[in-house]
Amino acid sequence: MADRINITIDGEKVNVDGGLTVLQAARRSGFHIPTLCDDDRLKPYGGCRLCLVSIEGIPRPVTACTTPVTDGMVVETSNDHIERLRRTIVELLLSDHPNDCMTCDRAGDCTLQELAYFYGLRDNRFWGERRRYEDDDLNPFIKRDMEKCVLCGKCVRVCREVQGVGAIEISYRGFGAKVCPPYERDLNCEFCGQCVSLCPTGALSGKQWSGKGREKDVKKIKTVCPYCGCGCNLTLHVSRNEVIRVSSEPDTINEGWLCPKGRFGYEFIKSPDLLKSPLIRKNGKLEEVTWDEALKFVSEKLGSIKEKYGPDAIGGLSSARCTNEENYLFQKFIRAGIGTNNVDHCARL
Amino acid sequence: MAGLATVFGSGAMSNSMPEIEDNDVLFVIGSNTKENHPIVALRMIKAIQKGAKMIVADPRKVPMVKFAHLWLQQRPGTDVALLNSIMHVIVKEDLIDKEFIKEHTEDFEEVVKAIEDYTPEKGEEITGVPAEKIVEAARIYAGSPNAGIFYTMGITQHSHGTENVFSIANLAMMTGNLGKASAGVNPLRGQNNVQGSTDMGCIPNNYPGYQKVDIKENHEKFEKAWEARLSENIGMTATEMIDSAMKGDLKAVYIMGENPAMSDPDIEHTKKALGKLDLLVVQDIFLTETAELADVVLPATTFASKDGTFTNTDRRVQRVRKAVTPAGEARDDAWIIKQISGLMGYEMKYDGSEDVFNEIGTVWPAFAGISYSRVESGMGVQWPCPSKDHPGTPFLFAGGFPRGKGRFTAVSYREPAEITDKEYPFALTTGRELFHYHTGTMTRRVKPLDEISPEAYVEIRPEDASELSVENGSLVNVSSRRGTIKLKARISDRPGRGVVFIPFHFKEAAANVLTNTATDPICKIPEFKVCAVKVEKG
Amino acid sequence: MPKAVDIRICMGTGGIAAGASAVLERFEEELSSTGVGASVRENCSRHNVGCRGFCARDVLVDVILDGERTTYQYIKPDMVQRIVEEHIVSGNPVEDWVVTDDYHNFHEKQVKVVLSDCGEVDPEDINSYKSRGGYKAVESVIGSKTPEDVIEMIKSSGLRGRGGAGFPTGLKWEFARKPESDQKYIICNADEGDPGAFMDRSIIEGNPHSVIEGMTIGAYCIGADKGYVYIRAEYPLAVKRLRIALEQAKEAGYLGENILGSGFSFNIKVKLGAGAFVCGEETALIASIEGQRGMPRAKPPFPAQQGLWGKPTVINNVETFSNVPYIVTKGPDWFSSFGTEKSKGTKVFALTGKIRNTGLIEVPMGMSLKEIIYDIGGGMERGEFKAVQTGGPSGGCIPKDMIDINVDFESLAKVGSIVGSGGMVVLDDTDCMVNIAKFFLEFTQRESCGKCTPCRVGTKRLLEILDRVTEGKGKSGDIELLLTLGQDIKDSSLCGLGQTAPNPILSTIKYFRDEYEAHINEKRCPAAVCKAMLTYTILEDACKGCTLCAKACPSDAISGEKKKPHVIDQGLCVKCGACFDTCKFKAVHKE
Repeated sequence: MADRINITIDGEKVNVDGGLTVLQAARRSGFHIPTLCDDDRLKPYGGCRLCLVSIEGIPRPVTACTTPVTDGMVVETSNDHIERLRRTIVELLLSDHPNDCMTCDRAGDCTLQELAYFYGLRDNRFWGERRRYEDDDLNPFIKRDMEKCVLCGKCVRVCREVQGVGAIEISYRGFGAKVCPPYERDLNCEFCGQCVSLCPTGALSGKQWSGKGREKDVKKIKTVCPYCGCGCNLTLHVSRNEVIRVSSEPDTINEGWLCPKGRFGYEFIKSPDLLKSPLIRKNGKLEEVTWDEALKFVSEKLGSIKEKYGPDAIGGLSSARCTNEENYLFQKFIRAGIGTNNVDHCARL
Repeated sequence: MAGLATVFGSGAMSNSMPEIEDNDVLFVIGSNTKENHPIVALRMIKAIQKGAKMIVADPRKVPMVKFAHLWLQQRPGTDVALLNSIMHVIVKEDLIDKEFIKEHTEDFEEVVKAIEDYTPEKGEEITGVPAEKIVEAARIYAGSPNAGIFYTMGITQHSHGTENVFSIANLAMMTGNLGKASAGVNPLRGQNNVQGSTDMGCIPNNYPGYQKVDIKENHEKFEKAWEARLSENIGMTATEMIDSAMKGDLKAVYIMGENPAMSDPDIEHTKKALGKLDLLVVQDIFLTETAELADVVLPATTFASKDGTFTNTDRRVQRVRKAVTPAGEARDDAWIIKQISGLMGYEMKYDGSEDVFNEIGTVWPAFAGISYSRVESGMGVQWPCPSKDHPGTPFLFAGGFPRGKGRFTAVSYREPAEITDKEYPFALTTGRELFHYHTGTMTRRVKPLDEISPEAYVEIRPEDASELSVENGSLVNVSSRRGTIKLKARISDRPGRGVVFIPFHFKEAAANVLTNTATDPICKIPEFKVCAVKVEKG
Repeated sequence: MPKAVDIRICMGTGGIAAGASAVLERFEEELSSTGVGASVRENCSRHNVGCRGFCARDVLVDVILDGERTTYQYIKPDMVQRIVEEHIVSGNPVEDWVVTDDYHNFHEKQVKVVLSDCGEVDPEDINSYKSRGGYKAVESVIGSKTPEDVIEMIKSSGLRGRGGAGFPTGLKWEFARKPESDQKYIICNADEGDPGAFMDRSIIEGNPHSVIEGMTIGAYCIGADKGYVYIRAEYPLAVKRLRIALEQAKEAGYLGENILGSGFSFNIKVKLGAGAFVCGEETALIASIEGQRGMPRAKPPFPAQQGLWGKPTVINNVETFSNVPYIVTKGPDWFSSFGTEKSKGTKVFALTGKIRNTGLIEVPMGMSLKEIIYDIGGGMERGEFKAVQTGGPSGGCIPKDMIDINVDFESLAKVGSIVGSGGMVVLDDTDCMVNIAKFFLEFTQRESCGKCTPCRVGTKRLLEILDRVTEGKGKSGDIELLLTLGQDIKDSSLCGLGQTAPNPILSTIKYFRDEYEAHINEKRCPAAVCKAMLTYTILEDACKGCTLCAKACPSDAISGEKKKPHVIDQGLCVKCGACFDTCKFKAVHKE
């Protein structure tokens, strides 16, 4: 940890960690600076140029995301010149954007849309050629609409820096610069969807949740992933009693990162194969019965076996996929209710 | 876990996930971390970016090898020999932590004696890992202040799995890599709440919180807490239950959320045993391979319709929250258990899952300080957490081991229970892949996951494949002494010569038709990671 | 019969393009046992030499007869026989082909430091360089002077980076010397990318050892043991000669382990760039060497603190390094005696455009533009002088009425242009300034790496506006839009490329606003360049009815009977200018 230092932001003296960037320091002190390309979990980039600020003693505006704080620094997060530059940048981005918010999945949850709103950009001084890309369908997970890409590079960086894969890179030059796999063909992807989670616009989204509901339609429930033992925190996006999407927050044990199972593997929650009724084997076939019948059958049968052969003729296998509470109750039932220590689970499998 | 519990008196990951990024050395052995614990792997990659070195020991060129400074490709089942020869170098070059050994451990001399013969050259002979790499691994591991070992089922699922764990513990103790941050011995748990179900006492010898059932005080304590007569005998493990059922002694099994007819070794044997029962009750969310054999099937709900807690691999208790109402008549597992228990005369009355949770804290002191309100955030609380004002415990053994001193256990290399021969010339190892989970009941019902990885395959080296005239994608029969499955060959440089790998997610070609029921004598874990098979063109 | 004959043939890329290889071959033939020079062949040595600057006169051949030098120009292979026969064998120079006064005028006002050995030494022979004092600097420094002393020497010489930014070289080295690090690097930026610039290429082709020697001294100063030359793959000859030179330097003990027994080791690797302009930007160049896409990053940290692989790194351009050995051997005071107060030494420029003496020149900093254009450049080729574009795509235009300006860092910056790496394009009245701006914008837009928004999208929009202006579709307000957007791009872009990309527009608007206004308001291109606004008509009086124009017209827009005036159908005309070029009677009028 670096020493704490004093800086001034918009006239206010604040005490911050000396190892931070100006952007981090401003955020942590409650100042808002717009940005499209920054994420605290990635290395500073300085690509979108929206976080330009004025710093006393430096003649040009500098990007807050790449500038480390120094003791005594005096920062101005907003002034006429900076707002003019930011406005121009947003306007330039919008001049090369489909601007189809009416039908975009990300409406209401889109940084570019917010910026356009903030700067009131209905007209555009720069209308001109727009990038046009054919839709391509390279995978079952990630939907790409590269016309909406603002080249913030978050997807590229998370793939390389965090995931250690580097499946995509910015290719081509100038206006035609585009994020794509090598030769736009050789996709060496783990489908973790980290890129999707960071995309600030509608350029990357999940095929599974596309068209199923926008930000305002969903209720978000935080829970824990049902797969491996990492214990990643999931945020379930629920609409009409259906989980339509899974995401994760940065301030969690998994830092917001997920794997393909965690991020995309939720469809089983509404699988048509889910058991919907108790079944009892009758004449060799499993048939639907009521809960009353099933519970009565099980308890009586267990009771009679216990009576006839003793409690140790009964065993229980619990589940590593059930909750602590359920596991506790299960072994308590086997131990106290049945009277045997024949209880185990699949820790060994 | 039994292995670690014997050595330290507690069995769990000694350190925690966030600490990983500050390790100086990561020794990953028997863990395909990038595919099976992807988020732990991200922390490891972060550590490497910060300058850590990584040693990967695995018979397969798992994806983590790409990030490793050193890859040791040991033959399946030879981990003890590898670890012993690494320790041989450490002792010989005097890279041990004498003070730690003296202060915190016992029986070190026995290990020194046991590893005397394991020169790097002997290690090479048994494991196939070049002697100089063994020496280099020893120097990297022992030469850094904070070295952590990370392992999974590649270490434990062997007929000598406990001995493997002993070796790992020996290695960590002789270098003083315990009781501090960013080091330790870290078994990565493969299922979301496998730590929790062990903690909760779903094992035949322990009450909740690793309190042994055969110790009188514990027994009395729980009889009092639960207001019931309890058995004083250690119960049967899952594998013992199957054997007992086979013999006709065990009459009824109540299975909650498990699929042994897919996940057990030699599943034909398991199915036969389950068929002999008078009563098989299966409680699950799908009609699994096991449920198909049941007399009664009880529909439970998915995690998305439950309130409660999971405990992850680093002992972190976190909240599970209900998001959707379940389909049809499905009920959550707790409700079902309580109903049956009540009908059998043992009433369990609770006001929701929080009430159950709070009761756990009353019988297990390490849980006493944790409450639902404390685990609201995305970081949970790590046990032990004995009181409301205790912050939880990121790494264990800061003040010494629960059993007093850590015990060194001398271990010698033993061959796997089944070794290759003329008839079955390949060593089969099984495991998971990135896109599927366990027996596939959940992930194979997720369209994109099933699309990206739709079918079973056997990984085989190009040299081996060409000797058998097998091409990529062609059908082969893989047989062991227990059965045969038919699946596609995937030619890959991942396995070593003479080794094949099959993921066990696919019921159409279930890997566990082939695996061996041989188990570890101490913790009864089956030897999934090595058996002898032959591969023939299909 | 002469005692010694040395034949030096200019074999830079320019010379070779003009046919120097064939000329050399002919000399070999004529000086073989069956040639006309068979009798003198024993006494004759032939050398390739690098560019000597006056590319317009290629192929240039020096014949040095017993120390007496005669320089021939415009030499073709079929002229070689006569030179050998009359001059080499008989001792009578072929006066018709000898360079004229203007050749000497071209050189007279130049002051050659880095080019002093270019065109003299054989670039593929280390001994040739050594015979002119090469590697004396390394020998005098390594083991005898402390790095601090050498840095002090460079600082006091006033040498500033020749790549464009003009940062004091000694200071840069000092910054990189200071931090403790297990590894440091020195990089030579030979990714010369400005259109029309060939300074660095010529130096490496003509005298690669001077660059190597400069880098070695730099490495010694900062404590680096690894160096890279990042050079464009499009410079095959330079790459080849550099590689030969590196090999020879290593063999001679000026590179490699334990140089000159001092314990100091230094190795240089050649790294080929793939022709991305932005890779001339130092942080992008570093990314490219590291195997990543060449995209700049924000500074600080500067490369001197965290450069290649995060280690302290000095990046200088070719010309900067090439200056170093001369400063060391001749002394900082000698060097600083050239130039102005703040811009010391000399600068190499690539003089191109509508000027008579196209070529590579080296002049003291501060020489007036007028001297360069008229005294060295020999004045305009045809038309009337209009402006000079300096500094390439990042630079600006200096108009006619500022021709007395001194060419140095400060003076050019003051009028909105830059010295840059040394491109100097002379424009005349047939050049449209809007079109010139458009040319550079097309270049920078195409070469933008795409990382930052203003450069990626902004330059595209600037270009689109220029497009419509040159197509006669300009709107009122377009000039203001160019000015505001241009300024915003300058203020908000990440790297030098974006920060300077609008310069060609801003400076042409500043000095030639009337041309923009003519395009927009009157739909007229005053220089008659912008096609869309041109009208070709046939002057009835001048037309002889020869029908050549009608035959040349690709769209059958010209009709008329033989020997009678022809007419252009404006509806069919595609404004290709074929008729204009074909007409022998100046009867086609363009406006």
